Amino acid sequence: MSKAFIRWASGPVIRARTEGVFHSYEALSVGEAGLLGEVIQLNADEIVAQVYEDTTGLRPGDPVIGTGSPLSVRLGPDLLGGIFDGLLRPLSGLADFRLSTGASERPGRRFHFKPLVEKGCVLAAGQAFGQVPGARAQSCQAPPGIAGKILSIVGAGEYADDETLCELEDASGQRQALAMTHTWPVRMPRPCGQRLPPSAPMITGQRVLDTLFPVARGGRAALPGGFGTGKTILQEALAKWCDADVIVYVGCGERGNEMAEVLDEFPGLEDPRTGRPLMERAVIIANTSNMPVAAREASIYTAITVAEYFRDQGQHVALMADSTSRWAEALREVSGRLGELPGEAGYPAYLSARLAGFYERAARVKTLGGEEGSVTVIGAVSPPAGDFSEPVTLHTKRFVRCFWALDPERARARFYPAIHPLTSYSEDAGRVAPWWQAHGNSEWARHRERLLTLLEQQAKLERMARIVGKDALPAAQQVALTCAELVNEALLRQSSFSEVDRYCSPERQAAMLRVVVHFIDRAQQAVDDGTEPGRIAALPVLATLARLGEEFGEDRIEAIKALWNEIDTAFYGLVEATDDVH
Amino acid sequence: MTFTELSITGAARRLEGPLLFLERTIRVGLNSAVEVLGPDGVARVGRVALVDEERMVIEVLESTSGLGLGDTRVRVRNAPLTFGVGPGMLGRIFNSIGLPVDGGPPIPASEFLPVSGWSINPAARALPRDFIETGISTIDLMNSLVRGQKLPLFSGGGLPHDRMATEIAQRARLLGGEDGGFAVVFVGIGVSHDTAAAFREAMEASGAISRTVMFLNRADEPSAQRLLTPRYALTAAEYLAFTTGLHVLVVMTDMTNYCEALREVSASHGEVPSRKGYPGYMYSDLASIYERAGCIRGLPGTLTQLPILTMPADDIGHPIPDLTGYITEGQIVLDRELDRRGIYPPVRVLPSLSRLMSSGTGKGYTHEDHPGLANQLFAAYARATRVRVLASVMGAEGLTDVDRQFLEFGDLFENGIVAQEADRTLEDSMRLGWKLLHSLPAAELTRLSRAQVERYLGDTDG
Repeated sequence: MSKAFIRWASGPVIRARTEGVFHSYEALSVGEAGLLGEVIQLNADEIVAQVYEDTTGLRPGDPVIGTGSPLSVRLGPDLLGGIFDGLLRPLSGLADFRLSTGASERPGRRFHFKPLVEKGCVLAAGQAFGQVPGARAQSCQAPPGIAGKILSIVGAGEYADDETLCELEDASGQRQALAMTHTWPVRMPRPCGQRLPPSAPMITGQRVLDTLFPVARGGRAALPGGFGTGKTILQEALAKWCDADVIVYVGCGERGNEMAEVLDEFPGLEDPRTGRPLMERAVIIANTSNMPVAAREASIYTAITVAEYFRDQGQHVALMADSTSRWAEALREVSGRLGELPGEAGYPAYLSARLAGFYERAARVKTLGGEEGSVTVIGAVSPPAGDFSEPVTLHTKRFVRCFWALDPERARARFYPAIHPLTSYSEDAGRVAPWWQAHGNSEWARHRERLLTLLEQQAKLERMARIVGKDALPAAQQVALTCAELVNEALLRQSSFSEVDRYCSPERQAAMLRVVVHFIDRAQQAVDDGTEPGRIAALPVLATLARLGEEFGEDRIEAIKALWNEIDTAFYGLVEATDDVH
Repeated sequence: MTFTELSITGAARRLEGPLLFLERTIRVGLNSAVEVLGPDGVARVGRVALVDEERMVIEVLESTSGLGLGDTRVRVRNAPLTFGVGPGMLGRIFNSIGLPVDGGPPIPASEFLPVSGWSINPAARALPRDFIETGISTIDLMNSLVRGQKLPLFSGGGLPHDRMATEIAQRARLLGGEDGGFAVVFVGIGVSHDTAAAFREAMEASGAISRTVMFLNRADEPSAQRLLTPRYALTAAEYLAFTTGLHVLVVMTDMTNYCEALREVSASHGEVPSRKGYPGYMYSDLASIYERAGCIRGLPGTLTQLPILTMPADDIGHPIPDLTGYITEGQIVLDRELDRRGIYPPVRVLPSLSRLMSSGTGKGYTHEDHPGLANQLFAAYARATRVRVLASVMGAEGLTDVDRQFLEFGDLFENGIVAQEADRTLEDSMRLGWKLLHSLPAAELTRLSRAQVERYLGDTDG
């Protein structure tokens, strides 16, 4: 192991005089306390490193020891249901409420293990050699790059998660030991068999997303919004209700109380599809804003490495990163201390490359083991003053396929989720349309377009009404405004705090979308036939539809479908009345 | 070589603003606390900001005027800055660095706590849930405050934020009156003499002064000290909350002065500035103050923060309110127009927000229908302000009947709920809220369930 001695220290950055060879991005143990650090620059006999912990007390002359490997994390069956810091050290079960610094490995745990292969078989990289059975079985696989003939494997039983369970002889004749856990460098994407194009949507249970701006499994979405627009609430709602198998939630430079909220709420909630506690499928990585800055930068990579690890087990994983802006700011801070030439708004010039590298790790893949898995990334962005033209939002926009823009005006009226239907977009909509057409709504694509054009029309008409007055608009336009209001109230608004409406299944979404579009069709027809707009707006069925989300829960999907006839009846009534007048 | 405290003389080589460059003769750690003594014998607090093989740089956190190079003595402690806290702090007044300035005796310290606080393990935090009744409708009803929250007042120069903060400090109580020990820590950062005096008089008048600790950094004191004022105060607050088990409300005014000081010190370090000249780490720095609010599982007390900041040029997009808003759990925004119309407290309801409202209100906490009512009032008032814009262009005559009703609702809301003369209980506020909704057609109240409409607004025509 190479050694170096601190020569200069300021904030999270140190310079050290080396004795021996260090490598770029090698993990370090810094000072007497063994703080975790990483090499970021190499100079003749000097390294520059960032330290992931509080550097108080570091002195010139303190030793720095190279670990010989890049910054890595240990992946294994103990991750699910846990809360960890940005370097995957455990946060739960600590005696003191104050975080201490210095090396603290995740303690080993024991798990039941069931072998899936036999001695003498040939194990390929990424192939499962065993399983940790349970309500949520996890597979134990040969890590990428390790394959060979099995020399030995243990029988079923309980083992420590770092114990050697299986030994291989690889092609070069070397022996390799496999355990339930293995380590992986966080900055290196885990290899897969083949990248697959997106096809099925990731169902989020939020109508405005699934219906208007769907994200495909393996897709990438950005969620930008100023403070108070509901980013975190929406991220949490997605983490709770989206139909991924595993959720990796990384709180990067955000509030401590938000993590407390997640920990308070998740264990008591059930996955609507499996009935199991939601916490069982979640890995929470917390690097709150009062934890060291440099670890914020690492936590994003840690999170996506964990997500890829589960993807490689053939799982569909959703990664929620809140917020990527804090990560970018951590980059900026370290870059500033290194005296690098600043780019736009002080961010380093490589910001865009880093963002691209992160978002490109989202994918739907065929794993090395031949299964299908995916990582869907949803990154929150916190633009200063809610201005979407700042560097982080702009660069993120270049690399994502879905852009879910949060609107302060909607948020102020407590209209949640405050996603703006006109500035948001989804490039995945075309790809997932066939799925919806096969799952309950054969006209999904047309309906979606209908809603979008109606909302666009609403914005135009409201501008016009501001000048001439609403009453002066032609009848058809007045009805369009009524219908657009209905779309907003009935479909787009959805309360995360409502037990009935916080999750909306695809079946219910399909049923709701169909009746709402049916109403719009009938309303438009009625006005063409000469019905007064005011009478359409006064229809009692409209008031029922406006409360569709709140009052027609998952158990009343049939009742939603029955509204179809009620709408027909209501409009027949109008037409008859109109005819009487004529 | 280890040491606990050392004195060095004659090592100073350069003095530049608050930075003192010394030849390094001892192995000293980053962030160690130092005292810099000039020929005047005054000890100035500082910390080690940078160390390398030849030199060390000390950031002097007080005025450096009068310091020389040859005759400056530096006392180095091999530990970060600490504050000796102990019983007997209540009722006392301290300066920025924790020395009593009320003429009383020094505090017998029972513990020395680091002024920078600790990184609280997020997994050890308990979710804040106890509703605090402030007596102000726009807070209690619309943007509820809970124990352990950090809820700033975004104000502007000349607005009555000090009066509001004083009233909240005097009135704040748990719903139902059940009360553990309660304490107020008032932190004046760069405040004028009369602001500090007014707060003190108000607390004295209400008899709450014996439960109050004040930390004062006056406007004429060196700005580098402002970086320490909230840290010493929060250290005291943490001691009161987590060691002695009190429910502590920390009122900090004015955080804008703090951020200005931060910018000044950063500039003197020659750091690359980010937006508007503020340092790139201002977010992390503010977080290290605001994140000290909270509740901790297994510990009795709580720490609630009510920071006050004046938005430069009333701009909510300015880096100070912007970064604050990203860290705190909501914000209460004050409005100049309401103030001019004589409405007190002039809370601009729509951009105000309490993120923890959902965890501290509703069934089991306040009242089952409280969240629904607040939600409906928000929606209706938002519509009223939209209609107001319409009406300002084409006059109220061009509006539809329903829109005119909303227009009227907007005025009633501002005069009936926002404006208040005296303390109001949550029940009173809710009653007023329901009464106000009577003026709107029931068909428009889509944020309420049908059951709620029937229960509270049953006698309206539809």
